[in-house]
Amino acid sequence: MNKIKQYFKTHSYNIATYGIVIIAYVVMQYLSNADMLSRSVNGYLVPICAYIVLAVSLNLVVGISGELSLGHAGFMGVGAFAGIVTAACLQGVVDSDFGRLMAALLVGGVVAGIAGVIVGVPVLRLRGDYLAIVTLAFGEILKNIIGNLYIGKDETGIRVALSQAELHLGAGGKVILSGALGATGVQKLSTFFAGFLLILFTLFVVLNLINSKEGRAIKAVRDNRIAAESVGINVTAFRMKAFVVSAFLAGMAGALYGLNYSAVSASKFGFNTSIDILVFVVLGGMGNILGSVISATVLYVLPEAMRGLADYRMILYAVVLILVMLFTWSPKVKEIMSVVTAKLGGIFKKKEVGTNE
Amino acid sequence: MGFLQYLINGISIGSVYAIIALGYTMVYGIAKMLNFAHGDVIMVGAYMSFCVTNYLGLPAVVGILVAMVVCTVLGIIIEGLAYKPLRGASSLAVLITAIGVSYFLQNAAQLIWGSAPKNFTSIVTFAPIKLFGGQLTITGEVIITILASVVIMVALTLFTGKTRMGKAMRAVSEDRAAAQLMGINVNQTISMTFAIGSALAAIAGVLLCSTVPTLQPTTGSMPGIRAFTAAVFGGIGSIPGAMLGGILLGIIETMTKAYLSTQFSDAIVFLVLIVVLLVKPAGLMGKVVQEKV
Repeated sequence: MNKIKQYFKTHSYNIATYGIVIIAYVVMQYLSNADMLSRSVNGYLVPICAYIVLAVSLNLVVGISGELSLGHAGFMGVGAFAGIVTAACLQGVVDSDFGRLMAALLVGGVVAGIAGVIVGVPVLRLRGDYLAIVTLAFGEILKNIIGNLYIGKDETGIRVALSQAELHLGAGGKVILSGALGATGVQKLSTFFAGFLLILFTLFVVLNLINSKEGRAIKAVRDNRIAAESVGINVTAFRMKAFVVSAFLAGMAGALYGLNYSAVSASKFGFNTSIDILVFVVLGGMGNILGSVISATVLYVLPEAMRGLADYRMILYAVVLILVMLFTWSPKVKEIMSVVTAKLGGIFKKKEVGTNE
Repeated sequence: MGFLQYLINGISIGSVYAIIALGYTMVYGIAKMLNFAHGDVIMVGAYMSFCVTNYLGLPAVVGILVAMVVCTVLGIIIEGLAYKPLRGASSLAVLITAIGVSYFLQNAAQLIWGSAPKNFTSIVTFAPIKLFGGQLTITGEVIITILASVVIMVALTLFTGKTRMGKAMRAVSEDRAAAQLMGINVNQTISMTFAIGSALAAIAGVLLCSTVPTLQPTTGSMPGIRAFTAAVFGGIGSIPGAMLGGILLGIIETMTKAYLSTQFSDAIVFLVLIVVLLVKPAGLMGKVVQEKV
């Protein structure tokens, strides 16, 4: 009994995180089944799941490992297109839609993870703002490459080329990816349930990683690299681990996202999307996984909910973003807040004393 | 002859990058922040000049001056409202605020001028110079751009080297606390840096849109990222580095498009940047700061 209590005490944060996600899923699924959600809200469910996974995985790099990455959308894009190609290739081989989706997610994650290794080797030699700019550069390179790939399939197998003409598809061949136009005619496989499973999987991986020996080593590197190095932590290996896990999860999220639309183009996975994900992480709190989940949901819904304001909505979003940053980070506001809370605390204390007498 | 032509065009577009990169690098050197809204100040400058010359029918010089004044004021306002309250906060917080400002400027521009691209009339009126029997064409825009960047470079070097304000800037960028102890008004110096950077952005905006005449709310973002890359390439915080980085980036970009691949020009440009940073982690002309234990 005591052991269980102890477990709940030390893991209350994780339990709360899982609990909130599960409750939110059950409620949304119920509402969706009961036809109480509008079409547009139903359409947001899967992208929200994808963005939650992206935010949590980026938080692993930015919050836990302490490196500013500006190229997260590149991994998302790699995962998305790898997933789309996989799903298209398995059409007719695997009958179940869900099975194909799972295979697509897995391949998307693995390919993005490999991209993460390739990117990570040079990137993790750098530090600070230089690391940020190189991740930005790699994000753009990945976007540029997937924006120029042509992939098609015919009875002989899969063909990859750099232009439509070079594809030489046989009779009955089908183009899966066509360069800058991206993938068109994608079969929508993603479901809210799959998104929910992916979130749980991501939380499981990330929360366990954070609380493990490896996670503590990664945090030690973030807090003081030199001190960590001097107690025998292999700095590069641990930074690499966090980076690759993050890329893998981002790839899975990308595959989920890509298979939710009938047409996806590479331009979606550029700098702006990377920045959006970074905003989710920073506003949710660095290193705070539950914060990322909540802020990704709220910040994704916020501009959509403001659609009624038409042209003003993005301006309002920008203003909200600036104000939130000013109010949560400004040293002056923090000082004022601490004074206010101290005073309020003082009032309550006095009252307590008064009632005791 | 083709090579020479590409080289000149590369230097021209590189000069625009260099002018934008100067704004990034000065702000980074002094405020230690990545000002992602800088690219959008360029766009505002270009729109201002466009409005003055097209709607009011005034000469291009007036357009440039108005653009510079508006951008200078805009730069000071942005700094005062959005960045100043966050001084001393984590650099990531300032970065996100800068992104917020960038969104704001882009969407405000879209609201005011619409998202349809405007056709920017070039500020240069004289005819292109043809050399070697027409084999080599140097447009007026190219000449003006290169001249402007040289003038700006010389003026900035003199300003930071000789004037009181310039020396104060260098002092603040070296050690903010020590500069404050020496009686330098740090806040005023930072505002001044933003003012200069934004005025340069206005010039860059006009020059950029004279070369590439489509003007829309997102015009500034890609050149902004390119110029930021150029600033890092040359060693962020270093003024000659930004100039060198910008011009090299312009040349690499044009040459890649001409000889290697137009499709992959972005990838190749960024790949060069990565290779340079791996060999020289502080950029071409950046100072390597030793880490103290």
